[in-house]
Amino acid sequence: MANVNPAARNDLTAAELKKAERAAKKEAKRVAKIQNKKKPKKGKEKRLNRSMAGNTILFTLMIICGLFMVLPLVMIINNCLKPLDELYQFPPKIFVRNPTLENFSDLFVLMNDSWVPFSRYILNTIIITLGGMLGHVICASLAAYPLAKHKFPGRDLLFSMVVLSMMFSWQVTQIPQYLIISWLGINNTYAALILPAWSFGMGLYLMKQFMEQLPDSLMESARLDGATEWTIFWKIVMPNVKPAWLTLAIFQFQQMWANTGSIFLRDEQLKPMQFALQQITAGGTRRAGAAAAVTFIIAAVPITFFLICQRNVLETMTTSGMKD
Amino acid sequence: MADEKTLKKEEPKTPGVSAEALEAARKQGTLGYQIKRARWSYAMMAPYFILFFFFTVVPVAISIVLSFTYFNMLEFPEWVGWRNYVKLFLEDDVFLVSLKNTLIFAVITGPISYLLCLLFAWIINEFKGWLRTFLTLIFYAPSICGNAYLVWNLILTGDRYGYLNGILLKLDVINEAVVWLKTEKYVMPCLIIVQLWLSLGTGFLSFIAGLQTVDKSLYEAAAIDGIKNRWQELWYVTLPAMKPQLMFGAVMQITQSFAVADISINLAGNPSVNYAGATVVTHLLDYGNTRFEMGYASAIATVLFLLMVGTNKLVQKVLRRVGE
Repeated sequence: MANVNPAARNDLTAAELKKAERAAKKEAKRVAKIQNKKKPKKGKEKRLNRSMAGNTILFTLMIICGLFMVLPLVMIINNCLKPLDELYQFPPKIFVRNPTLENFSDLFVLMNDSWVPFSRYILNTIIITLGGMLGHVICASLAAYPLAKHKFPGRDLLFSMVVLSMMFSWQVTQIPQYLIISWLGINNTYAALILPAWSFGMGLYLMKQFMEQLPDSLMESARLDGATEWTIFWKIVMPNVKPAWLTLAIFQFQQMWANTGSIFLRDEQLKPMQFALQQITAGGTRRAGAAAAVTFIIAAVPITFFLICQRNVLETMTTSGMKD
Repeated sequence: MADEKTLKKEEPKTPGVSAEALEAARKQGTLGYQIKRARWSYAMMAPYFILFFFFTVVPVAISIVLSFTYFNMLEFPEWVGWRNYVKLFLEDDVFLVSLKNTLIFAVITGPISYLLCLLFAWIINEFKGWLRTFLTLIFYAPSICGNAYLVWNLILTGDRYGYLNGILLKLDVINEAVVWLKTEKYVMPCLIIVQLWLSLGTGFLSFIAGLQTVDKSLYEAAAIDGIKNRWQELWYVTLPAMKPQLMFGAVMQITQSFAVADISINLAGNPSVNYAGATVVTHLLDYGNTRFEMGYASAIATVLFLLMVGTNKLVQKVLRRVGE
C-alpha cells in the first residue's frame, strides 16, 4: 500500500500531502476491487490478471497446435478399426470408412495359438512394469529427500554424478551393463530388467527438484515433535510432492511397459507381452490388421494409466498455506 | 540444522567455556562426526545409490576407458591411447557433418521446444477438471504413442499422394512432387519439425506438475502488489516459484535434443542421403551396432557427453536469472 511515512509527514507541504492522500485512496480502491473480484461465484473461480484478448490468442494458438499433436492418436484409433483392404488403400487415408472389430478377433485367434499361454506374457509384463515402476519411485524418492533437505559430506558429489549420468548415451553403456548383470548372476531373471530401472537418473533428479521447494519449517516442526526422518519422509514429504511422484510414475510406467526384454530374458516363459505382440506382428502383410490392433493395445494401456495419474496430479495441492 | 547452530555458538573462545566443551565441539566438526550424524540420510540413499553404482557408474566408467582402446567385442580390448579421438576429429568427415547437424538440432529444437513446453503447460494450467486432463493427453500424445512419428511418413511421402505435396501442388507453390526426405536440403528442416512435434515430453509433464505446486495465494498477493497482466505474473510469480522444474526441464531438453537419432533413422534412413540427416547418435549407432567398433563408438559417446555437460553448465547459468 502506498502509505505515507508519518515521520516524513512534517516535511511535506499541504499540497503534497493532499496528493499523497489521494494516491493512497486510489490505491486502496484498486486493492478493494481486486479483493472483491476474487470472491468466487460458487464453482466458477475467476483467475486474476486475465484479459479476454489474451485468452483468445493463446487458446487459438493452442487449438491449432493441438490438431497436429492429436494426429497419432487419431491414426492409431482409426487404423485398428480399418478392414484389411482399407489398410492397404492407396493413397492412404487417415479416417476409417467401414469400421470393423475384425482386427481384434484376428489378434485373439493368434494369441491363442501361442506356444506359451498368453496369460503368462501378461503376468510377466505386470511383474516387470509394476516392479520397475514402484521400486523406482520409492528408491528415487528415498534418495532424493536427503539430497534435497539434509546436509552431509558428499551430497553435491552424489547429486552431480546422477545429473551427469543422464547425459551419457545409454547406447554405449549397454554392453558393460550386460557384463555386470551376468556377473551379478541375475541374467535371465526379472531382476535383470527391474533392478537397473530402480536406479535411473531422471527420477531422482525430478523428485529432488520438487522436494527442494518444500519449506524447511514443515520438517523442522515435525522434528521438534519427535518424528524420525523415516516418518517425516512418508507422512510429510511424500504427500506434499504428490504431483511429482505421480508424474514420475507415468514416465516409468511408459518405459517399463515398452520394454521387450530381448537382451536379458532368454526363457520364453519370462518374456513380456510386448515381445509376444511383436512376434505376432512380424508376420508381414497378412497380419497388418492384427498389427494395427496390437499398436492400439500397446498405446491404450499407458494412456489409461496416464489419465488416471494426471487426474490425481491436478487434484492435489488444493489447500494453499502448506508453503512458506 | 539445529546441531550446526549450537556448534557455531560454542566456537568463539570465551573464557567461561571448559576445555571439555571445546573438545566436544571440535569433535562435532570432524568429518567422522558429520557422517555419523547423517547416518539416516545415508541409509535412505543406500538402495538407490548401490544400484546406481552397479548399473550406471561402472558401465559409464568402463565405456570411457574403452574409448581409448580398439575393441571389436570378440578380442580383448587393445589400448590405442588418443587414436580414436584423433581419427574422430581429423579423419572422420561424416562425424564432422553429424556433429554439425547435432549442434543445429540442439540450437534450434532445444530452446524452441523448451519454450513450447512451458507455453502449453502454462495455457493448459488455466483449465480445470477432465478437460485439462484431456488437453494434457493431446499434447503428450506423440510421446506416449510409441513410434508415433511414423505418421509423418504419410505427410512427407515423396509422391503427389503425400499430404504435404498434395496441398502444395494444389496451391501451386510447387510444380512437381518433392521427395522431402531424400532431398539433401529438405532433410534437416523436416527432421527439425518432427523433432519439435515430438519433444513435448518429459519437460512438459514436469512443468504441468510444477505449475500445480505454485501456491495460489501468491497470485492474489501479486495482484495486490501491482502485477497487471498475465505476462508479468508469469515472469515475476510463476517462473520463480517453479525454478527447480525449469532446471529439470532444461536438462531433459538438452539431453533430448543432443540425442536425436530414432526419427532420423526411421524417416531419413541410416545412412541418410549424403549423410544430410546424420547426428552424433546415428553415427554412434553405426559404429556400435553395425560395425561393432565399440572403442570408437565409446569415443563418440564421450565427446557427446562432454558437449552436453558444457551446454548444461551454460544453460543453468542463464536460468538462474529468471525473474530478476
